[in-house]
Amino acid sequence: MELLLAIMTGVLYAAGLYMILRRSLVKLIIGLIIISNGANLLIFLLGRITKGHPPIIPEDAKMFSEIYADPVPQALILTAIVISFGLQSFAIILVKRAYKVVNTDDIDKMNATDEEV
Amino acid sequence: MMQQVVTYPLLFQLLLSIILMFVWRRIDLQRIISICGSLVGVALSGWLFFHVWTNGTQTVQAASWDAPFGITFVADTLAATLVLLTSISGLAVSSYSSASVIPARLRFGYFPIFHFLLLGLIGAFLTGDIFNLYVWFEIIIISSFVLITLGGEKPQIEGAVKYFTLNILASIIFLTAIAVMYGLTGSLNMADLAVIVPKLENRGLVEVAAILFLIGFGIKSAVFPLYFWLPASYHTPPSAVSAIFGGLLTKVGVYALIRIFTLIFLDDILLDDILLIIAVLTLFSGAIGALVQKNVRKVFSYLIICHIGFMIAGLGMFTEAAIAGAIFYLIHDIIVKTNLFMISGVIYRIKGTINIKSLGGLYEKYPKLSLLIAIPFFSLIGIPPLSGFWPKISLILAGLDTNNYIVIGGIIFASLLTLIVIARVWSEVFWKNPVKLPKREHFLYFEDMTNLRKVQFIAPVVFLTLVSLYIGFGAEHIQQISSRIAGELLNHGEYIKAVMPKS
Repeated sequence: MELLLAIMTGVLYAAGLYMILRRSLVKLIIGLIIISNGANLLIFLLGRITKGHPPIIPEDAKMFSEIYADPVPQALILTAIVISFGLQSFAIILVKRAYKVVNTDDIDKMNATDEEV
Repeated sequence: MMQQVVTYPLLFQLLLSIILMFVWRRIDLQRIISICGSLVGVALSGWLFFHVWTNGTQTVQAASWDAPFGITFVADTLAATLVLLTSISGLAVSSYSSASVIPARLRFGYFPIFHFLLLGLIGAFLTGDIFNLYVWFEIIIISSFVLITLGGEKPQIEGAVKYFTLNILASIIFLTAIAVMYGLTGSLNMADLAVIVPKLENRGLVEVAAILFLIGFGIKSAVFPLYFWLPASYHTPPSAVSAIFGGLLTKVGVYALIRIFTLIFLDDILLDDILLIIAVLTLFSGAIGALVQKNVRKVFSYLIICHIGFMIAGLGMFTEAAIAGAIFYLIHDIIVKTNLFMISGVIYRIKGTINIKSLGGLYEKYPKLSLLIAIPFFSLIGIPPLSGFWPKISLILAGLDTNNYIVIGGIIFASLLTLIVIARVWSEVFWKNPVKLPKREHFLYFEDMTNLRKVQFIAPVVFLTLVSLYIGFGAEHIQQISSRIAGELLNHGEYIKAVMPKS
C-alpha cells in the first residue's frame, strides 16, 4: 500500500508539473489541481498509514499501548483540501476572465505586462 | 487577561473586516470605519509591542491545549515589531486608498478584503505553528488575488495569472515541506521542531525539507531565480494595492525564512552558502533590472527585489551583527517601500501617466511636495543620517568579520546602482522640462481634487516619511530593538521555553 501510494504521489507531482509547463491556461489550472492533490496524498503517506487501529485509548488504560492511526495528517489534508478548493474556484474564474479579456488561451501571448506603458 | 494581548491585533482586524462587510454598499462609511479602525489597530499593536518589550516573549495557547499539541501564538520582539509595522503601513495605505482608489473599485469589497490581508499578515507573524503559518499564507494570497484583480483591466488580469500561478506553486511546495517535516518529526509546533530536528539521524531528509522551505519562501519573498512573477504583476493594480504588496507581502516571505533558518535548521554550512549566493545574485539582478525599466512602478518593483538581497545576506552570514543588520533593514524597508509605491500613485495622479519618458517638471510645479518625496528617496539610497544607511553599515561590518568580501561587494554595488536608479528617476520625473501631455478624459487629476481628499492623499506619505526620518535619526532605538531581536533569534532557548515551559 505504501509503495503504491508513493508511486502515485510521484506520478501526480510529475503530471502536475508537466501540465503547468504547457502553454494553455486551462492545462495550467489542471496542473495546479493535480499537483496540490499530490501534496495532500504526500501528507497522508508521511503520516504513516495504519489500518484498523483508531486513535482511541481503551477504557482501562491511560495511554496508547500499541500503534494507532495518527489523526493529525487527516486534519491537515482536510484543511488543505478546503483551501485549495477555494483557490481553484478562483483560478477557474480568473482563467475565464483572462480568456475574455486577452482573447487567447496561449500563455505566451500574455505580454501586456511587459509592454512599456 | 494580560496574556491575551497577543491576539488583540489579530482579532481586531478580523472584527474590522466583518464589520466592513456589513456596510458593503456604503463606501463613505467604509472609508471612515477603515481609517478609524486602522488607528485603533496601531494602538493595539503598539500596546502589544510595549508589553513584549517590557515583559519578554508572550505566548497564547489556543483553547489552552499545551504546546506542542495545540496551536500556539507567540509574540517575541521580532513578531511584535513586525505587527506594529504592519499596522502602521496599514493605517497609511487605508487613508491613501480612500483618497486614491476610484469608487468603481471600492464598491466590490476593497476595504473588507484589505483588512483580511492585514489579518493574514499579522497572523503569519504571530503564529508559532508551522501548519498554521501555511493557513495564514493562504489567507494572505487569497486576499491579494482579489485585490490584484479588482477592476479587471487587461494588464491586471495578465499580471494576476502570473502572480497566481507562482504563489500557488509556492504554497504547494511549502505544504510538501510541511509533509516531509511532519513525517520526520511528528510535530508541527515550531518550538517543538527546534528541539527535535537537531537530534534527527536522517540528515539527508532534513536537508531536503530545508531546501523545500527555502524554495517555497523564496518564491514568496522574490529572491534571485524565483522573482519573475513580481515585476510582471506589482505594477498592474492601483498604487494603493501595490503599496501594501510592495511593503509587506515579500517581507512575510523574508520573515518566514528568518524564523525557519534561525529556529529549526541550524548549523548547516551548505544552506548558509546557498543563502549567500542567492543574496548576492538577488542584489545584482534586481539592481540591473531596475536600471533599464521605463515605468516608474516597474523600477520600484525591481528595487524591491534588489533590497530583499540585503536581508537574505544578513541571514546568510548568520552572526549576531549580521542578523541585527538584516532586521534593521527589514524595519526600514517595510516603511520606505510602502511609501515609494504611494509616491508613484501621487505622480500618476498629478500627471496621468507613469512612464519616465513622458514625465517631467514636477519640481517646478510642486516644489514642496517634491522635497517631501526626496526624503524617502534618500532614505532608500542610504544617505548617511537617513534610515537606509545604518543597516548597511551593520551588514558591511558583519561581512568584514566573517570575511565575506563578495557579499560586501554585492552590497556596495547594489547601493551604488540604487543611487543611480533613483538619481535617474529624480532627474527624469522632477527636473526634466515638462513634456506636453494630452488631457485625459474622466481622469481625476490631483489639482482637481477637493482639499479634504488632497489631505487624505498626501498625509499618508508625510506620515510614513516622518516614520522613516525617525528610523534614521532615532537609529539608536531601532538598533537597540534589532540587536535584541538578533539576540533572541540566535539564543532560541528562550523562545522554546516561552512556548513549552515544562520541557
